Amino acid sequence: MLARRIIPCLDVRGGRVVKGVQFRNHEDVGDILDLALKYRDAGADELVFYDITASVDDRTISPDWISKVSGLLDIPFCVAGGIKSVEAARARLEAGADKISVNSPALSRPGLINELSDAFGKQCIVVGIDSYEKDGIYRVKSHTGSADAMRETGRKTLDWVQEAVARGAGEIVLNCMNMDGVRTGYDIAQLKVVRRVCAVPLVASGGAGSVFHFEDVFKQAGIDGALAASVFHKNIIPIPILKSELKSKGIEIRI
Amino acid sequence: MAVAIVDTGCANLASVAFAFERLGASHMVTRDIAVIERADHIVLPGVGTMPFALEKLRKRGLVDILQNLSQPILGICLGMQMLFYGSEEGEAGEEAGGEVKGLGLINGKIVHMDAHGAPLPHMGWNTLENLVDDPLLGGINAEDYVYFVHSFAAPISDKTLATTTYGQAFSAIIKQGNIYGCQFHPERSGQTGAKILANFLKVKP
Repeated sequence: MLARRIIPCLDVRGGRVVKGVQFRNHEDVGDILDLALKYRDAGADELVFYDITASVDDRTISPDWISKVSGLLDIPFCVAGGIKSVEAARARLEAGADKISVNSPALSRPGLINELSDAFGKQCIVVGIDSYEKDGIYRVKSHTGSADAMRETGRKTLDWVQEAVARGAGEIVLNCMNMDGVRTGYDIAQLKVVRRVCAVPLVASGGAGSVFHFEDVFKQAGIDGALAASVFHKNIIPIPILKSELKSKGIEIRI
Repeated sequence: MAVAIVDTGCANLASVAFAFERLGASHMVTRDIAVIERADHIVLPGVGTMPFALEKLRKRGLVDILQNLSQPILGICLGMQMLFYGSEEGEAGEEAGGEVKGLGLINGKIVHMDAHGAPLPHMGWNTLENLVDDPLLGGINAEDYVYFVHSFAAPISDKTLATTTYGQAFSAIIKQGNIYGCQFHPERSGQTGAKILANFLKVKP
């Protein structure tokens, strides 16, 4: 049976892994290669590297560290941040990334998703969505890497999920901003609604604070993977313990 | 050269090369026919879509050589699918004239997966089942997890060495004579994947 995925997310800024609370006050949590190996050894199913400043600074990730990570890892990993063209995507995939994720550039120019999917196949095209709830409606924000650059897109989350999939996204990572970094649990209500309209794998992001939160989101929202950062970086939830507890709760998990 | 990794123009060449590097095997990513002919083992990687990948092989003049190799060959993911006679992928394509032709080394056709309502692509770690006794699977056990990303698959046949189930069962590993194929990505399947690649290198040329 297909296992549910546990996915540590490494936010990269200036070549280091950082973590902020609700996209502010970033603190340094370590070296990219050290953390990649640490999580591989702990049993992570996949890693995501987000260059959180890339879209904001109008630059792209250096493929140099991608190649180093690819040489070290024998599990899949995805890179994101400022990928605005087929060429930028190709450089990262050829450096050894398994998937690329686009967020703000796809909002600015949705045709980018079609171009990437046509060029590389949808299996390696992830669309990341930063979604927040206001007055009962889920909406999409862009350029969330910095509080100053963050902006409204005028798009509703459910519409954007379906458009992204129709354009060729092979996976959606939904970051529920109301929950991000506060460790009070995933946004089950939102994820359930999105799950219903999302025909491709769906990964939940934002809110993990305890083992129960992971159990809850897998059982209730039917998502394919759960992404988290601070609980792993701060060792609040060691991955081996998380995985064995989830397995004991009857969730399909790769041990 | 121990391993020739055929430069199919697809995006996962580096990951495959790194996997053989971790095994300490001498290897080269190449589209040079002379290098491919002399290699002890051939790996055919592939991601993306079948019509696109086959067109690349044609343009690079690699179809004939790939159809006439006697060394052990390992097709990975789309590289495995290309070994078959054809695929439903791209069938609706304007000039495809029906079915997309593969390299035609293995009887059968790649079909679109029926996931019974589950999301597609089939993405993530899934288990190997119904293992056939074969040197490629030395040290591999049923229920071992490997990493998949695909929407098309080879139906189960007498070529199947292991199955996996997602909605329905399909061929996770196939073998015909000197030709092996993995639908999953051994280069991204942890120790299980590394073991399969190491076993492949032990298959005598």
